[in-house]
Amino acid sequence: MDNKKVYIIPCSGIGKATASVGRDATYKVIEDKRPEIADTLCLSLLTMGDEETVERVRGNKVITIEGCAKDCARKNVEASGGSPDISHRVHDYLKKHRDLKPESVLDIGEEGRKLVKIIADDIADEIDELSNESGGCDCGGGM
Amino acid sequence: MTEMEMEVRPTKVGVISCSGEAEPEGTIARNAVRLVMEKYKPGLVVSLCLPLYLAGDGAERDFAKKVPVIAVDGCEKSCARLATEKYSGEVESWLDVRDLLAQWGVKDKLSRSHPGKLEEELTERVALEIAKLVDRLVEEGKVEVESR
Repeated sequence: MDNKKVYIIPCSGIGKATASVGRDATYKVIEDKRPEIADTLCLSLLTMGDEETVERVRGNKVITIEGCAKDCARKNVEASGGSPDISHRVHDYLKKHRDLKPESVLDIGEEGRKLVKIIADDIADEIDELSNESGGCDCGGGM
Repeated sequence: MTEMEMEVRPTKVGVISCSGEAEPEGTIARNAVRLVMEKYKPGLVVSLCLPLYLAGDGAERDFAKKVPVIAVDGCEKSCARLATEKYSGEVESWLDVRDLLAQWGVKDKLSRSHPGKLEEELTERVALEIAKLVDRLVEEGKVEVESR
């Protein structure tokens, strides 16, 4: 088992641009904003009950991001015996930022990228809070 | 043969991709499936978000019963193929993007988050491979192509 991390798990939505926004926000957090402590995993592996992946969601903090109201990420985490600490829906952000509508699944466009930044900023803050709640991470990286 | 006994063939092909968020090959798999849907076989191909097999209302589990399914996986863990077989039914064919890239001699480090020129070229090539599999299903008569 790896050191304690915060797993950001987007839905794997293939049919909606909002799912692409969720994925891009995930990458922004785990690669740019909090690479020492945040990571992601393939949601499909959870669906399949992959042992190592299930252990990761049970043993670490989890934030889910949904591209639609079917809440696949949260439901798959729960079906694996985990419990997301925080769940987001991209649509909730869209309601607050109606001018930032993503263009398409393959290219979310400039407005979509602005939405990604807003979501990623929020999640980075949440990671800091989750980390403080649990008394800091064991990752060895600075926050 | 009476009309009631005539076989009703599906008019769509299902193509399901692994989610593959953690791997560059997963990103190529997902984007290649979208390309097939939007550019190479519009109107003929339908897809499904794989985690809906668990999170959906159950109707998704009829996917492979209603349409012939091509699974497109990013890696050897074969989530798309195995999930379809576990929850829905047999797949007609299957592609493993990592294996395909190895066959093509691709050794470059690829990005899962920022697909560049190389990733986009590879996505196009994978999409064309999927399109060939769709064509084969049509040739084999497993799909009824509506005349336009």
